[in-house]
Amino acid sequence: MTVLLDQNLAPLGAATPAGAAMHRPIEGTVHSWDLSTGVDGPGSRFVVFLSGCPLTCLYCHNPDTWRMRNGKRTSADDVVEEAAKYTSFIAAARGGATVSGGEPLLQPVFAGELLHRFKHELGLHTALDTSGFLGVRATAALLRDVDLVLLDIKSWDRQTYEKVTGRPLQPTLDFARRLADLGKEVHVRFVLVPGLTDDPANIEGVAAFAGGLGNVSRVDVLPFHKLGEGKWQALGRNFTLHDTPSPTPGQVTLAKEIFEAHGLKAV
Amino acid sequence: MTATPLEKTANGEAWEGFKGGLWRDAIDVRDFVQQNYTPYEGDGAFLTGPTERTTALWDRLLAMFPQEIEQGVHDVDVRTPSRIDAFRPGYIDPGKDLIVGLQTDAPLKRAIMPNGGWRMVEGALNAYGYEADPEVREIYTHLRKTHNDGVFDAYTPEIRACRSSGIITGLPDAYGRGRIIGDYRRVALYGVDRLIEDKKSVKAELDAEWPTEDVIREREETSEQIKALGELKAMALSYGYDISRPAATGREAVQWLYFAYLAAVKEQNGAAMSIGRIDNFLDIYLQRDIENGLLTEEQAQEFIDDFVIKLRIVRFLRTPEYNELYSGDPTWVTWSMAGIGEDGRPLVSRTTFRALQTLYNLGPAPEPNLTVFWSRQLPRGFKDFAAQVAIDTSALQFESDELMRPKYGDDTAIACCVSAMAVGKQMQFFGARVNVAKALLYAINGGRDEKTGALVVEGFEPIESEYLDYEQVAAQYEAMLEWLARTYVHALNVIHYMHDKYAYERIEMALHDRAILRTMACGIAGLSVAADSLSAVKHARVKVIRDATGLAVDYEIEGDYPAYGNNDDRADEIARRIVSGFMRKIREYPTYRDAVHTQSVLTITSNVVYGKKTGNTPDGRRAGAPFAPGANPMNGRDQHGYIASALSVAKLDYDDAEDGISLTNTITPDALGRTPEERIDNLAGVLDGFMASDGFHMNVNVLDKATLRDAMEHPENYPQLTIRVSGYAVNFVRLTREQQLDVINRTFHGSL
Repeated sequence: MTVLLDQNLAPLGAATPAGAAMHRPIEGTVHSWDLSTGVDGPGSRFVVFLSGCPLTCLYCHNPDTWRMRNGKRTSADDVVEEAAKYTSFIAAARGGATVSGGEPLLQPVFAGELLHRFKHELGLHTALDTSGFLGVRATAALLRDVDLVLLDIKSWDRQTYEKVTGRPLQPTLDFARRLADLGKEVHVRFVLVPGLTDDPANIEGVAAFAGGLGNVSRVDVLPFHKLGEGKWQALGRNFTLHDTPSPTPGQVTLAKEIFEAHGLKAV
Repeated sequence: MTATPLEKTANGEAWEGFKGGLWRDAIDVRDFVQQNYTPYEGDGAFLTGPTERTTALWDRLLAMFPQEIEQGVHDVDVRTPSRIDAFRPGYIDPGKDLIVGLQTDAPLKRAIMPNGGWRMVEGALNAYGYEADPEVREIYTHLRKTHNDGVFDAYTPEIRACRSSGIITGLPDAYGRGRIIGDYRRVALYGVDRLIEDKKSVKAELDAEWPTEDVIREREETSEQIKALGELKAMALSYGYDISRPAATGREAVQWLYFAYLAAVKEQNGAAMSIGRIDNFLDIYLQRDIENGLLTEEQAQEFIDDFVIKLRIVRFLRTPEYNELYSGDPTWVTWSMAGIGEDGRPLVSRTTFRALQTLYNLGPAPEPNLTVFWSRQLPRGFKDFAAQVAIDTSALQFESDELMRPKYGDDTAIACCVSAMAVGKQMQFFGARVNVAKALLYAINGGRDEKTGALVVEGFEPIESEYLDYEQVAAQYEAMLEWLARTYVHALNVIHYMHDKYAYERIEMALHDRAILRTMACGIAGLSVAADSLSAVKHARVKVIRDATGLAVDYEIEGDYPAYGNNDDRADEIARRIVSGFMRKIREYPTYRDAVHTQSVLTITSNVVYGKKTGNTPDGRRAGAPFAPGANPMNGRDQHGYIASALSVAKLDYDDAEDGISLTNTITPDALGRTPEERIDNLAGVLDGFMASDGFHMNVNVLDKATLRDAMEHPENYPQLTIRVSGYAVNFVRLTREQQLDVINRTFHGSL
């Protein structure tokens, strides 16, 4: 399938720093917002899902976030106002706010504005949930407003990565190294799909890379599941992993051990 | 200050080593606890598992439960109307019981308690295949008037009509009202003789007062209390214990306290028979024995385990209609624990942990209804342990210590589910609840019932427009709620007058002070349906469908409306106003015995029955579909996760619902985090956050839907599967199929 906004994949260069004085309200396309616990970063968090994603992962459980047109134009003010309802809850619950997607870096100015205001206006711990494919668009200012990056490294084997996502791996690795240079805390996420990403050599590659970075405080090995399949059907898309099983607990343990062998905390 | 030689003589060794003086001079258990308990700030590492004896005793009962569930009751004594000393001693196993005493002469054998009403007794007996004893029937139908008889002598035709239509349901007019907590600790601390002496001095004070109706009633009640204390002593003596004197050891303290509670459940089949705040009290005795080398941790745990076994098998004889409202055989032996004392010390001792540990040692169970007063200031070790137990067993409920302490002080316990009261100083007149969703339909239909078409409320005009106009509906609804409040308080005054007269709680009130704060505990059901209906009328367009007689029977919604449960003020404000508005209306009507008006937003499992009795509603809910339980938002309309939903509920003002606001959350394990440690930490965080947002109560279930579905199909594999429903916990396999489906279809909060 074709992916939106190909023409915009170049770095934005000197984008206006997020949060700097802007003369018009910043808007973006938002799929939804949610409060979640323990799955989008530490503790209970306000999570805003931005619409649009340049990747088309075969196992995506939110394919309804892929297209911008499935979202709603929303001002940053409105999102921050919604999040502000939860600041005392989140502070007591030791949580934070997460900008997720889709791929939030498809809307870097909007994402940056949200992160900046979450952090400085609401005083919340901030997380950015990204595939890293558009990492080059994350400005230094945006990253200053991020306490934690949840980075999906979907495969080490480049062919597998492209098969899974429809995109190349390299930008994600470049972004990971940039985050390491900045000393930014990262949680790596790796979706374990039997027959697709579970080759030990493939896991070993991700583990060795992540272990060498020095800023990865945790790896989430996420067992593939098919709970999102209904959304594929609703969108009239073919879910090619229909017959793929979820990994067994044994397979998950094995994958975790590979990460742990590289000094990483895997859960 | 230590015991004087004189006291030592009077009380044997009972008070040796105890500090403080106030509690010696007057009945003041709180002072005793404050002066003597040892706060525990560590974790659960010291706890021990069950002994072989404990396991053997519990297994014996476990083997009896399947037959009890299948038949509805294990056995009933049809000949002996229960009173404190009516039965010979009973044991689970005389060789193995550490803490002795049963309601009747055999475990799980139920007693009849006809003072509440004979029809209820006979109906229940027949439902389970028993015949009433002719002589007992003769007594309670011709010779001795019951509470139920009295109530119906004084009900108005209008109240009867409300009862039949289901706009007011579950009134305690045919069974024990419950929700009174005797201060059972007093028996252990002082011994029965001292309590009798105290009550005799109350009687003497009353003898000196001019005999107005109030004074005469109080004299009679005090005399009954003194008699009940005497019967309590006799009952204990039949088991070989002289409880006229104070308890002298940890084991005796548990036993004395249990005898006092047992007397209450032998005499009253109250809807909720809660036990109060007892762990720190018992801990003082257990700790003294441990320090003196008389007791090991394993033995201390064993006493608590054995005591909890006894609390788990409290049984009352109920009719199938009652079970439809509150199924699963609930007795609400609510055990309140934790919170922070007025001096800032945590109200947590090792015995608080031991009580929670029973859920591991004996496996999960709904009773006793373990209720944690949550505060952000609680020690980390306790918070983590309580969160862990909640995740592992789904058997705990959490209520805000921060909201309760300023109102009731730090010796507060919950009766039933969410009703707070200062122990021994306060009681409530339980008022079940009214259906505010059905009241909205009455407002639209001018007092005609939407299901039968019958005119239930006179003097109202129906709305006749094709589309509902918010201002008009709101004004009519106001007026209808005004009528409902008036009729409701009227009914409750009648009920509680008669309950005091014909089914007075002698032993429970013997364990109270003379000066009692009484509350008239009203309640509402259907809040989320009413709020969403009004939101639909206000924010979307709602077209009325009428039948040939002009009765509004259905509604079509054009457009979207914001629903309660999304932390959206447009809808939440409507819910908040229903609660505060109805409270204001209730307060307008004087109460029996000058009780202070309160209300709860709580349904227990009655949300299913209330839904059944309510037609189509303007929010799009279909006729007969269950309401959301308690103050919960409607199933599936909360779109932003359980926290947003909880914060909508937290907006309801506790000052407008001092009898409690109940929220039940069922969360899949994944939705709390990815590792066990994380889930514990995150649940503790969620509770901190909820209470910081002025949330009052949260039931926490951590379960998969698949587990519940499997339990429906294979109940035999899940004898102890426990889940929280609004305000209490039940054995899932004891629910009706309808209620099981309601639980499964209720908003499950998972994560993708």
